[in-house]
Amino acid sequence: MSDRPLMQTIARMVPPGSRVLDLGCGDGALLHLLQRERGCSGYGVEIADANVLACVRRGVDVIQLNLEEGLAMFDDDSFDVVLQIDTLQHLRNAETMLRETARVGKVGIVAFPNFAHWPNRLAVARGRMPVTKRLPYQWYDTPNIRVGTYKDFEVLATRNRLSLLDAFGMQEGREVRLLPNLRAGTAVFRFERG
Amino acid sequence: MTLNAVPQSMHFDAPLALQSGASMAGYDLAYETYGRLNADRSNAVLVCHALNASHHVAGVYEGQPGSEGWWDTMIGPGKPLDTERFFVIGVNNLGSCFGSTGPMHANPATGRPWGADFPVVTVEDWVDAQARLLDALGIASLAAVMGGSLGGMQALSWTLQYPRRVRHAAVIASAPNLTAENIAFNEVARRAIVTDPDFHGGHFYRHGVVPKRGLRIARMIGHITYLSDDVMNEKFGRQLRDGIDLRYTTQDIEFQIESYLRYQGDKFSEYFDANTYLLITRALDYFDPARAHGGSLAKALATATADFLLVSFTTDWRFPPARSREIAKALLDNRRRVSYAEIDAPHGHDAFLLEDARYLAVVRAYFDRIAAEFSA
Repeated sequence: MSDRPLMQTIARMVPPGSRVLDLGCGDGALLHLLQRERGCSGYGVEIADANVLACVRRGVDVIQLNLEEGLAMFDDDSFDVVLQIDTLQHLRNAETMLRETARVGKVGIVAFPNFAHWPNRLAVARGRMPVTKRLPYQWYDTPNIRVGTYKDFEVLATRNRLSLLDAFGMQEGREVRLLPNLRAGTAVFRFERG
Repeated sequence: MTLNAVPQSMHFDAPLALQSGASMAGYDLAYETYGRLNADRSNAVLVCHALNASHHVAGVYEGQPGSEGWWDTMIGPGKPLDTERFFVIGVNNLGSCFGSTGPMHANPATGRPWGADFPVVTVEDWVDAQARLLDALGIASLAAVMGGSLGGMQALSWTLQYPRRVRHAAVIASAPNLTAENIAFNEVARRAIVTDPDFHGGHFYRHGVVPKRGLRIARMIGHITYLSDDVMNEKFGRQLRDGIDLRYTTQDIEFQIESYLRYQGDKFSEYFDANTYLLITRALDYFDPARAHGGSLAKALATATADFLLVSFTTDWRFPPARSREIAKALLDNRRRVSYAEIDAPHGHDAFLLEDARYLAVVRAYFDRIAAEFSA
């Protein structure tokens, strides 16, 4: 995850000393920050070799695993917080992973690009799929196979009996709490099992 | 820079109580060390060997080209396990045919070679013997213990038997126990050896013969299981040895793979001891730390306090990734620190001995982390 303000915001949502599982942890920067500044412990889960290596280099414990294969390795409620930061949109079994997140963690935090952000709506209104800083890929070669909206996630969360503890948007490094579905490029949710 | 290896040996007078209830009195362990022990003795790394390896893990013997240690890609100056920073110890296990006391040595009770009477040794026994070597070398605690395959089992066992003496464990291409299929392969290999007419119940030394036929077959079976189907196909495919025509024989070598396996088998039967092969495969069969805990590996690992690095290889069908994940899960259940790399390498089980950039980089990064914990 390269978005520093988003990383700082997520870090503030994680209680100090938490045991954290970071699904799709990338190069481990967020976990490293959580360890260093918030006294957290835990593991990252990553599939890409280069990211696994970056984590080990940082001293972040990482488990190389394909999330599409599920989280059988992790017991119910075995983590205080499970993070899915910019991961959900890459997963084929996004709904299963959301349920798994809620099963393994006492609290889940999810962030993903909000497709309903107004510049995206404008692009679609003009008849084209958006290509933006937040969604920088062409429609035919994007790794983001599950583009959804802030509102869509609220529906999915309700469907899966998750209770939202907090929900807001992020745009230009700032939290957006007024009309986030329209005004924010990133959707952020904190939830627990209902 | 070439690392010069110097074989050493240490004698132990005090009897070693073995798991079987037997006791090993007066034995030698062959070992080698590389690099320097630092002032506070905090940089020692013990490397445990796999089935047909020895204490000679790295470097070459002076004046002997081609005598590289079996893990020379991994261990040496500037290598992932850097002997400029770490004091590395390679130790040869009890029962081996490479210098430590083994079945070809004299049984003090009879004055004749032990042969098949050599006591059955276990992974745990080996670890106990290694701990005594460390005592003698004045090393109270290891920066790391490391091993691949059977060596990985020893590394894992170290963290259970001597938790306070191990700060890190690198367990590579290994498993918490053998599956029935693995034991089956071992059994076929053992039957090939013990049914060889030259085996003489394990006392072939006094007959001046070696059960080479059995050893050859044992090695051929083993070798097949260490490679992946893809690599074998790539290397040999269906190539015929002599030109392009089938010769319609059932006795002679026709396919290149047959030729290769026979060559490997022949080579092995020249240098490996049959009784050692039986002993080592039995130690593999027996290893199962979960056994004493109702089959729960998590309970077994509750005593471990080390940080772990686990590595597996996707095409390893002898010790597949799922087996390493079992260890990872048991460590997670115990909230131990663990990193797990699953290397997508084509080479099968043998990958842990080969030069794979991703694999070596992960091990290097992990040892960098270990090195950061002590002063050089």
